[in-house]
Amino acid sequence: MTLNITLNGKQISLKTDPLRRLLDILRVDLKMTSVKEGCGEGECGACSILLDGEIVNSCMIPAGTVNNSSIVTSEGLRETERGRVIIEAFAGEGAVQCGFCTPGMLIAAEWLLSKNPDPSDVEIREALSGNLCRCTGYDMIIDGVKTAAKRGAGLW
Amino acid sequence: MVKSYRPETLKEALELRRSEKMIPLAGGTDLMVKFRNWAGLPPLFEKSVLMLNNISDLSGIYSEGKNIIIEAGVTLTETAESECVPAPLRKAAAQIAAPGIRNRATLAGNICNASPAGDTLVPLYVLGAKVRLENIHGRRELLISEYIRGPGKTVLKDDELLTAVIVPPDTSNISFYKKVGTRKANALTKVSFLGLAEIKEGILNRINLAFGAVGPVIVRSKEIEAKLIGLKSGEIDIDKVSAEFSALIIPIDDQRSTAKYRKKVALNLLGRFLTRVKEL
Repeated sequence: MTLNITLNGKQISLKTDPLRRLLDILRVDLKMTSVKEGCGEGECGACSILLDGEIVNSCMIPAGTVNNSSIVTSEGLRETERGRVIIEAFAGEGAVQCGFCTPGMLIAAEWLLSKNPDPSDVEIREALSGNLCRCTGYDMIIDGVKTAAKRGAGLW
Repeated sequence: MVKSYRPETLKEALELRRSEKMIPLAGGTDLMVKFRNWAGLPPLFEKSVLMLNNISDLSGIYSEGKNIIIEAGVTLTETAESECVPAPLRKAAAQIAAPGIRNRATLAGNICNASPAGDTLVPLYVLGAKVRLENIHGRRELLISEYIRGPGKTVLKDDELLTAVIVPPDTSNISFYKKVGTRKANALTKVSFLGLAEIKEGILNRINLAFGAVGPVIVRSKEIEAKLIGLKSGEIDIDKVSAEFSALIIPIDDQRSTAKYRKKVALNLLGRFLTRVKEL
């Protein structure tokens, strides 16, 4: 099939097997290496992206099901003001250690704030519940999201 | 290369379904794991794949008389967030997996996967939900307990698709749902329980009890429920009801939990609910 998507704001067309995983298309074909494979079965969230504004695990999505959709990865997020606020907040709060979970966490943070610009602790934990981190123990990541919400008030 | 199709209308989908053996794929969150391949390679589907997410008129939630109709394309997120959907079903859907999966997974898919630990199945059994199955010739409706025959087994025919779930209203004034798992999210159920009761002027008008993940299918007993109807809430003998269910709850040991733990916790949850009912 010819897959037509908007990736980080740009129109992309490529020929592919419709059953190929979106994760592989993003990483290998489109060089979006922020999208990681941690488990390949939707449990870890390292492959999280925004699909038409909603957070999904790209490892479970066949290419054919997302024709004509809009996709955002961390490569796109970091070019936006909202993305930069989140990234700086994460860096400042110590929310990044090995960094493997981080792109997925940024996507989850952006998804949450786009729906709920002033989330409570519980709401942050629920929104990020599909993203696992082995290094930080999560508290710094939660603080990162809270700080981003405060500093970026009005952006979401 | 395995073939795949992405029809735009239900009619097209049913014609395709009749023409060749294929696997219907809605959200794909169960199937993409079941058929997963080495990293970087497309999944190993054994038959052609029928992608259903482009069918425009199959994703509504609306009332029809007293019932709520949830069409096959509705995701678990939409089920959990819709105010039309009865509260016990919303609660169960909201505790499945995590946001990324709920945004793709469908209620219909959770039903067709027919896992003994399927979380939406417990409220659907309790509420007496039906499934609507369609093929190119017409449609039929079955109670969910008639649709699911065992772990992973349904009576869906090769030329049929499940197009909607028909959910009767929740008329209870006391309800208790508990999913027991290893953690708050991304947890597969060890035991789950839903109790609904309607008590008017101290008399039990309606009571429904169901257990998940403690047998090959959801455990529910219309006989035990019938014996309780009409009693004053204070007359319920918790030990007796517990003993009756104990005979029906025959869990197994598996990688998630043990039979002993499941049985004990299931009966504890039952006791907890019935204690609340007695206090009303």
